[in-house]
Amino acid sequence: MSAVELHGVRKSFGDHEVLRGIDLVVEEHDVVCVIGASGSGKSTLLRCVNLLEPIDAGRIEVGGRDVTAPGVDPNQVRRGIGIVFQAFNLFPHMTVLRNVTLAPREVLGRSRADAEAEAVDLLRRFGLADKRDDYPDRLSGGQQQRVAIVRALAMRPQLMLLDEVTSALDPELVGEVLNVIRELAAGGMTMLIATHEMSFAREIANKVCFLDAGVILEQGPPEAIFSAPREPRTQQFLQRIVEAGRL
Amino acid sequence: MAHRQRAGPRVDADAGRASRILGGGGAVRSTLIAAVSTVVFFGVLAYLVVSSPGWPEVKEQFFDGEVFRESLRDITPRLWLNIKIFLIAEVFILVFGLALAILRGLPGPVFFPVRFMSVAYTDLFRGIPTILVIYIFGFGVPALGLSGVPTSPFFWGVASLVLVYSAYVSEVYRAGIESVHPSQEAAARSLGLSRAKALRFVVVPQAVRRVIPPLLNDFIGLQKDTALVALIGPVEAFRQSQIEVAANFDYTPYFVTALLFVVLTIPMARFTDWLSARQRRRMA
Repeated sequence: MSAVELHGVRKSFGDHEVLRGIDLVVEEHDVVCVIGASGSGKSTLLRCVNLLEPIDAGRIEVGGRDVTAPGVDPNQVRRGIGIVFQAFNLFPHMTVLRNVTLAPREVLGRSRADAEAEAVDLLRRFGLADKRDDYPDRLSGGQQQRVAIVRALAMRPQLMLLDEVTSALDPELVGEVLNVIRELAAGGMTMLIATHEMSFAREIANKVCFLDAGVILEQGPPEAIFSAPREPRTQQFLQRIVEAGRL
Repeated sequence: MAHRQRAGPRVDADAGRASRILGGGGAVRSTLIAAVSTVVFFGVLAYLVVSSPGWPEVKEQFFDGEVFRESLRDITPRLWLNIKIFLIAEVFILVFGLALAILRGLPGPVFFPVRFMSVAYTDLFRGIPTILVIYIFGFGVPALGLSGVPTSPFFWGVASLVLVYSAYVSEVYRAGIESVHPSQEAAARSLGLSRAKALRFVVVPQAVRRVIPPLLNDFIGLQKDTALVALIGPVEAFRQSQIEVAANFDYTPYFVTALLFVVLTIPMARFTDWLSARQRRRMA
């Protein structure tokens, strides 16, 4: 049983078809990186997996269960899937601790003491213990993004979706967030990552997918994709990345 | 006259430029100009009023010292009824207004009738003059003679204000809810929160914080409109002043009531300003 399977997933916004038949398998404990130009559909792909965007055609299975079948409760599905956004999307009117404990308490019905104890443990693990009572606007971008990761982890997800989580960060803050992701990967977390950080993808991924114009043009182990891409479009894309000094 | 009005800002601009050129001495100069301009402005205004042909009569009928003291003593206690109407109405308006705004935001075709009702309600009660709503409910509903339905004019006065102001306030809430970026709801939903819980914990608290100044502004209007309830019976400040006017053939009690309402609304107005300024500082 795979952690996630996508079969022929299609998604349009109005007349614009963003995903044009996506087939993708993520095995348990895999780290799969989706690369591709801006607008190629990376974010939409991730948002479809946790049902933030309803798909137009195809099928998505999470943990062997068809989550796109009629009658599936999306709230139930999302409990097991953590997503972290490019723009952090922390709740600005809540302290860090409240951000992290909101869902465990309100969705899983855990007691305040219980949820807070676990949140404090997680915050400590990621070097944020002293920030528990701060509001998000007091934190640096890197700290905010780490809190957002902790917030998702507090739901004990089986799968994490990371949507260009370092793209909104100042360059000097990227490292601390990537370290957190490395730690998650080392802990065996299954992850589907949309990213522009090519060297990071090369280092951390079991599998890299090149998304181009709504289809996965090429996928395989990172060495194959980055060193010997078969498709001309992949070669072009990576060439531009190399020229920009990003690989 | 038109020419003189246009000249005003130009003088101010000159003063501003001068103060910038003068540097440190500019502040003193600005204060001086402000003081002189204020004295001249109100001096001219007072002169225009006092020198008008009807002034002696108006002075006697609106600003009679003895009637003033007497009616102040009689009207002030009646103001408690206005405050009571205002406070009770406010609680219900806050709740109903929010409910209307949330109903209007329900997604999907199933909720079309609910959205429709909410829009229709808002259109209706923003459209009808408050005074007519008070007359229709205050006289109409008790006349139906339904058992179990209150007949007290106080009840229907408060109810009318709640009906009208809920429509205004729901629009304020709606603006607030729409100003919260959709990514906030997406983040809440992605954690498994239902739409209702996402609204309750994430969207509405942020929306309410943003709309507190305009909400208070509506409540200043509500404080004044409590006087309209007088028209169906309850003797509050305005009704009492009508009684006094009729007894003395002197309009001073109206002036007293106006003064009392201003005193009542000023704290709220300054509080609103203070909140808005604080919000602007925080945004910066």
